[in-house]
Amino acid sequence: MSTTLRVGIDVGGTNTDAVVLDDDDRVVAAAKRPTSPDVTEGLRAALDAVLAALPEPGMEKRVKRVMLGTTHATNAILERRALGRVAVLRLGAPATTSVPPLSEWPDDLRDTVAAGAAIVRGGYFVDGSEIAPLDEDAVRKFAATTPADAIAVTGVFSPAGADQENRVAEIIRAEIGDVPVSLSHEIGSLGLLERENATVLNAALYGVARDVTAALHEALRSRGLEVETYFAQNDGTLMAVDYAARYPVLTIGSGPANSLRGAAYLSGVTDAIVADVGGTSTDLGVLVGGFPRESAAAVEIGGVTTNFRMPDILSIALGGGTIVGAEPRSVGYRIGTEALVFGGSTPTMTDAAVAAGRGTVGTRPVPEEWRERLARAVRAADEAVADAVDRVALGRADRPLVAVGGGAFLLADRVPGAREVIRPAHAEVANAVGAAIALASGRLETIVPASGAGNPRARLIDKAKEEAAARAVAAGADPATVQIVELSEIPLSYLPEPAVRLHVKAAGPLARQAG
Amino acid sequence: MVKAPRMQARITLEDVAALARGCAVLGTGGGGDVRPGAIAARRAIREYGDVPLVTLNELPGDALVLPLSGIGAPTVSNEMVHGADEAVRIAEEIERIFGRPPAAVMSSEIGGGNGVAPVAWAARLGLPLLDADAMGRAFPEVQMVSMYVAGIPANLVVMTDVVGNVVTIRPIDGLWSERVARAVCVAAGSSALMADYVLTARECAGAVIEGTVSRAIAVGRATEGAADPLAALTAELGAVRLITGKLADLERRTTGGFARGTATIEGTGDDRGRTLTLEIQNENLVAVEDGRVRAMVPDLITVVDTQTATAIQTEGLRYGQRVTVLAWPCDPLWRTPKGLETAGPRAFGYDMDYLPVEEIASSSGPTSGEAA
Repeated sequence: MSTTLRVGIDVGGTNTDAVVLDDDDRVVAAAKRPTSPDVTEGLRAALDAVLAALPEPGMEKRVKRVMLGTTHATNAILERRALGRVAVLRLGAPATTSVPPLSEWPDDLRDTVAAGAAIVRGGYFVDGSEIAPLDEDAVRKFAATTPADAIAVTGVFSPAGADQENRVAEIIRAEIGDVPVSLSHEIGSLGLLERENATVLNAALYGVARDVTAALHEALRSRGLEVETYFAQNDGTLMAVDYAARYPVLTIGSGPANSLRGAAYLSGVTDAIVADVGGTSTDLGVLVGGFPRESAAAVEIGGVTTNFRMPDILSIALGGGTIVGAEPRSVGYRIGTEALVFGGSTPTMTDAAVAAGRGTVGTRPVPEEWRERLARAVRAADEAVADAVDRVALGRADRPLVAVGGGAFLLADRVPGAREVIRPAHAEVANAVGAAIALASGRLETIVPASGAGNPRARLIDKAKEEAAARAVAAGADPATVQIVELSEIPLSYLPEPAVRLHVKAAGPLARQAG
Repeated sequence: MVKAPRMQARITLEDVAALARGCAVLGTGGGGDVRPGAIAARRAIREYGDVPLVTLNELPGDALVLPLSGIGAPTVSNEMVHGADEAVRIAEEIERIFGRPPAAVMSSEIGGGNGVAPVAWAARLGLPLLDADAMGRAFPEVQMVSMYVAGIPANLVVMTDVVGNVVTIRPIDGLWSERVARAVCVAAGSSALMADYVLTARECAGAVIEGTVSRAIAVGRATEGAADPLAALTAELGAVRLITGKLADLERRTTGGFARGTATIEGTGDDRGRTLTLEIQNENLVAVEDGRVRAMVPDLITVVDTQTATAIQTEGLRYGQRVTVLAWPCDPLWRTPKGLETAGPRAFGYDMDYLPVEEIASSSGPTSGEAA
């Protein structure tokens, strides 16, 4: 047996899940452990548990890759912990000065993160000409007089023209050496303030990324594992660890994306509604062509608005621990002692599902006197699920619903608005599977002419595709199989020449390892 | 809830969010994103203090009112954010021309971002904001303003761009004003700050739409903490609920610089089986059901999220959203012959006679939603 194995780990709000997959993407072992407050401890426990669950001794030696979807970055921002101090540089004066960097940040987060901020002359107009030539002296002076752990650089219209940002990175390298620099055109899309926010958060997270990587590598080394490591990002794809070290902010929100991708893989369907039923809530999302449908709404992280593309998720208060009659409260991880079927005294949705014959969880039958109330709760939950499915399904009732997560048995076998309900094997660890099977990706957003007129438009679109593919390869994708998986255009209004905002995403399987 | 009108004497940091929400509702799908203006307004209030909100009769007759608006592509102004001193350059040019400084800032367009951003410009200039605007909503073209309808000559436009150019235009009429200003805007990178129709307070009487800033704040406040935000908003606006449903189809096309499109909303719940189509040219202009027009420009038509009653702009419309379409009467000024000629359905290429939304609603029976 020479096949290699890989481990997928997903850190969730309640549980940290881990799976081991073989070369044919078959699940060889799975484990679930409570998520610890520091995240890392739960991660180690889940890793130990899943390795212990391998069917043959010594199999762990065949693990060659570990994919991790984690909440370290999110927690660091929410708790304002372990964040680096960032020198924030904007290229755009005399434009943009009405709103200086970090204007809308919560005071405590700004105090934690900001080492200083400046708006220097530079940036581009929408047509690619310079608002002002880059003020290189001002850049040097700012870099030299603003000691910081990292520097975030955001230029006006840099997604359409990155030269000035790249030049700033060169100047900083020449001026003060090896301080990490976040360039906004590599992080986000159009919308200066939101992209700048994301870029500053990214720069603030370098230390966190280093710590997580070190902790993960240490955990792997101490278990005798010599592996390549990857991090899951928020669109359901992977980044090689050295790439993730440069773009840690992209790991935020990877959980729902992992669960959607895992559901796609386990069920074998690429277009479906996915319901991930956990302990306190059910997250519904939509798979389109095997990838999560993305939300158009601005995403707020720790009080800061960003323009990340996150999966479009609808959450309803329905989980295995949800207390009947006291929704949306949940008994959470105490389900094993408090639910009626475990001899406790709290009626939960788990009890309701067992009473309705949907599962055989627990150690004792549901007491007779509860049955009517629980039956009502099941009917109400079914209606809530049907309504939520309808809301995310956009009026299409021809797709299946894939039920995953530890509480998937709560869902009925028939759900209005879904063609059928699919319950794949290993559904309870779909998120960890999603992390393990993910592709590597790259994305790009820019502005191109809206219509025909031949070459400029076609050339720009080709260039955008190439750049997205190059970014996917940099993230770890195999150059031979990387392909464009998404290409969308949104018309822009009030421009002299009709133009569109072009969004391109490329993805591909991870490149084969040497050896 | 007490519905007594709240006397709004100044705009504070806390008012900006409500103003922004209200301006989004009055934007009828256009007018640009309110968020950048709200960010700039909060920033300017923090730096320069609250902005007094004054009524026309609080200003001396010869006081100069400075109508300010951003002009250009929203995608551009969200990326190439305004400079801090643009309003100052325009005020200086006005003083150079008139021999006296402006006494108050006015929003040219209360709907969308241009309803909120003037708070920032007024704060920066240390001037009060006039509780009025020139549209009572959002419109796409420069001549679609109350001053034009009132017959005031459009003889002065002052524009400035992000790098500091100042352009003063003496157009021969409102249509040329639009044409030249648009060309300047393009040269300026598709985003500029503009003052047009600089008026004395005396000239403003009857030529501006009064009370719209405090109305926007009231509209924004109506949904705050409301158990049923949609009902609260509908009542505050005195709106007709055209349909509650989901966005079932969205066709977009960009022609002549305008984002045009058709949105189809299929009814849900009580409205199941009904279908409403919205004709869009930056703003929501005409609502049609079963071949019958249910509301049309210049009356206001806004798409809101059914649960939160938050306005959804044209560019934010997405297939599958749960929405309610509200329509309510425009300012009487737009219903005059000159008003309809300027911004009625035919001004946007729809060959139809204008019918007020409340008349359509009352003649179409009880099934078409309640007029509040």
